[in-house]
Amino acid sequence: MNRYPWWKYALLAVALLVGLLYTVPNFYGEAPAVQVSSGKATVKVDAAMVDRVQQALAAAGLQPDFVQFEGNSVRARFADTDTQLKAKDAISAALNPDPADPRFIVALNLVSRSPQWMASVRALPMYLGLDLRGGVHFLMEVDMKSALTKRAEALTGDVRSLLREKNIRHAGIVREGNTVDVRFRDDATAQQARALLADQLPDLDWQLSADGSGGVVLAGALKPEAARRVQEQAVKQNITTLHNRVNELGVAEPVIQQQGLNRVVVQLPGVQDTAKAKDIIGRTATLEVRLVNETAEAREAERGGTPVPFGSERFLERDGRPIIVLRQVVLTGENLTDAQPGFDGQTQEPVVNLTLDAKGARVFRDVTRENVGRRMAIILFEKGKGEVVTAPVIRSEIGGGRVQISGRMTTQEANDQALLLRAGSLAAPMEIIEERTIGPSLGAENISKGFESVIYGFLAIAVFMCAYYLLFGVFSTLALTFNLLCLVALLSMLQATLTLPGIAAIALTLGMAIDANVLINERVREELRAGASAQVAIQTGYEKAWGTILDSNVTTLIAGLALLAFGSGPVRGFAVVHCLGILTSMFSAVMFSRGLVNLWYGRQKRLKSVSIGQIWRPDGAKPAAEA
Amino acid sequence: MEFFRIRRDIPFMRHALVLNVISFITFALAVFFLATRGLHLSIEFTGGTLVEVQYEQTADIERMRGVVDSLGFGEVQVQKFGTSRDVLIRMPARDDIKQTEVAGRVFAELCKAESGTLGTRQYTTPQGEQVSRPSCTAASGTEPIRLMRTEFVGPSVGAELYQNGALALLVTVLGIMAYLSLRFEWKFAVAGIIANLHDVVIILGFFAFFQWEFSLAVLAAILAVLGYSVNESVVIFDRVRETFRRFRKLNTHQVIDHAITSTISRTVITHGSTQMMVLSMLIFGGPTLHYFAVALTVGILFGIYSSIFVAAGIAMWLGVKREDLVKQGGKEIDPDDPNAGAVV
Repeated sequence: MNRYPWWKYALLAVALLVGLLYTVPNFYGEAPAVQVSSGKATVKVDAAMVDRVQQALAAAGLQPDFVQFEGNSVRARFADTDTQLKAKDAISAALNPDPADPRFIVALNLVSRSPQWMASVRALPMYLGLDLRGGVHFLMEVDMKSALTKRAEALTGDVRSLLREKNIRHAGIVREGNTVDVRFRDDATAQQARALLADQLPDLDWQLSADGSGGVVLAGALKPEAARRVQEQAVKQNITTLHNRVNELGVAEPVIQQQGLNRVVVQLPGVQDTAKAKDIIGRTATLEVRLVNETAEAREAERGGTPVPFGSERFLERDGRPIIVLRQVVLTGENLTDAQPGFDGQTQEPVVNLTLDAKGARVFRDVTRENVGRRMAIILFEKGKGEVVTAPVIRSEIGGGRVQISGRMTTQEANDQALLLRAGSLAAPMEIIEERTIGPSLGAENISKGFESVIYGFLAIAVFMCAYYLLFGVFSTLALTFNLLCLVALLSMLQATLTLPGIAAIALTLGMAIDANVLINERVREELRAGASAQVAIQTGYEKAWGTILDSNVTTLIAGLALLAFGSGPVRGFAVVHCLGILTSMFSAVMFSRGLVNLWYGRQKRLKSVSIGQIWRPDGAKPAAEA
Repeated sequence: MEFFRIRRDIPFMRHALVLNVISFITFALAVFFLATRGLHLSIEFTGGTLVEVQYEQTADIERMRGVVDSLGFGEVQVQKFGTSRDVLIRMPARDDIKQTEVAGRVFAELCKAESGTLGTRQYTTPQGEQVSRPSCTAASGTEPIRLMRTEFVGPSVGAELYQNGALALLVTVLGIMAYLSLRFEWKFAVAGIIANLHDVVIILGFFAFFQWEFSLAVLAAILAVLGYSVNESVVIFDRVRETFRRFRKLNTHQVIDHAITSTISRTVITHGSTQMMVLSMLIFGGPTLHYFAVALTVGILFGIYSSIFVAAGIAMWLGVKREDLVKQGGKEIDPDDPNAGAVV
């Protein structure tokens, strides 16, 4: 009766194998590596970089374990630190011909030592949290008010130019907080303006009211959904900008995530220098629009023959070609309100759509009118050095502040370009509201302490269970080991971040998980005490304990889920492990331990006794089934 | 081995009144200390800055306090952390000082007091990772003081954490109550939750009385232990229901006694095992996990007590009757009864 069908054993065996496969990478430790990431917003690291790194290494006669592209960086792993240092120098020399202006960041790093085939089935070690690894953590709040103000300011400009275009006379436009107030002398004009504005600016909600002096006020408030969109975009843009900037630190696994509506978490493992990190995060890049100098003199200078003409500057385009640009600035990034990739309505070619504010639109119209057929350059300045993002030809006069850049771009290129144009600055200022740094030695200490707690606690439980329940105790201990294995495997599979509270949760979950086995063992003993035969006792013991195990896990799970929902930071790490642990413990304590019992006892037809410790009877009768 | 050789049911409920009085007094004391002393909240909740430094030799707390006080950051706490060389400095959040710079200034000042020079150390670890960290180097080239960890929490974040913590507690309590009333009936739900909230208040009372630091981790421990001890009550209630069905002659009193007696072995062994793990954390986990483990220890010990003596007692006072749990007629052995099963 205590037999599992073959598929149940198979299921357990598969779970065991998968568990092992995904747990093992955590024990390989880390190997020295060199990481190449982009040093500038205009430089992109992609899969092609793998070849360049390999060539550089081959030229230097160095043999990496592997070179791979991941996320937005390329990593090469080496057997020892000597090779690693040599490799860093070789790669650095090959990729950055001008050390004063590095295009790529080449940094020393650590990656998992686990074999490649494991990584290819996504069997990777867990991420270590900052408290275990050392590093800095920032929680930044995006100033939404200023994002909204900026948007309202831009809309005010749009209203002004729209009314001017249609020749609708108004008596003044002002921005009051996030609403745009337009005054009119009479009602008829106001109605006309309302119809136009409601049609052209769907983001605003228009309300008419009389002002004190006989005129009419048309007030446009930002619609809630539009406001929400502005906020979402502001956070998204800030995150992209942060990504670009953080790249420069050469951090192996930076975390930049949105938290809640208006917050961004930045975690930089391995970084200790908060001042530098803050400096890099807070840095602003600026965007400038200038005209390209296309005189014969400048052409010659482009080829490198003659010096740059007076009043011009030499920049590099993204593909490395030089270009001579006038010093005079037409527009700056401040006038650019948005840049989005899109498609041309007629040709279906990928394009980048720029939106300028009112002032920008006016200037741009004048400049384009006078320079049809010439080229203009959009230059991104970072760390005082400029690089041309794009230099399109002006086809016609462009009014209205809506600019389309087109021409032989792939969708990816259009995306990149829009991103770069937006990378100029943060959409809204950010403030650090939480900051944490953990030194590397403290991290190592936390790991060993957490690890010791789990190991010693586990051993204590194992010894007690084996002594008190004998063979059933051994089964329980094995089930608990299986539980630990499943939990670690699951966390590795999910690529969860392990923190010290997470380790504490593993310990606590193991301590609680043994409850299920105690329940089962006590129940089996009770059945034996009541005089049931060995096989029946096992059967009913497991069956009756199941309901209680389910009950007790549900209540624990309720608390765990509440923590998950409302916890933040360290508590979240605790809650994730705790909840997963409850799930794995149900599987392992009930199914796995039963599997072991069935395997051991299930085949014996005339089972006289089971080894579950002494069965004591209150009436003093000799126990029927003693171990 | 068998620890529990109980010949007949222990008359727990005979002493219910005395025990409930004891419970009530402990509870009242806990509330009293919470009200008078309050919790010693960590900076996660209050906002502020925390700096942990490690000295080469035993740290001179008094001198450090003088150094930090001279910076004028308000009420500063300086205390040892774990060993005599590790020191924790806590500073409250203040509006007039740029909080993100506080940690750096404190370290610079402490470094000056040790006549060291502030700098940045750049090196590659033996594993092959680049490290660049702020350091304080003495003339002899040694590092008299090392910056181990800094933490800054803005006041708005703190207030939010406080709110979320309270919300998590509320949701847990409501969730468990809902589950218990579904699974049993309202009297048990009320009894179970009162018993376990009484644990929560007592844990908080301990933290208030000893002025232990109440951090987010402690809050997590309290919620975890709340969920955990409730299942203790669940097991006993399950047994009560089963006993009502099986022994029709026993009165409520005897039924509860029987239920508790027959589950006590499991209760003690389970909690003992969990406590072993927690003890291991208390001993080996270091100062970071210390109060987490302390909260769990208090919670587990009072969890046993309250499940046995308080939960069942309250259920009895609320007047649990056989009719509440066992439906009339022959239905009580209905195999499809959704409330059946779950027994120990």
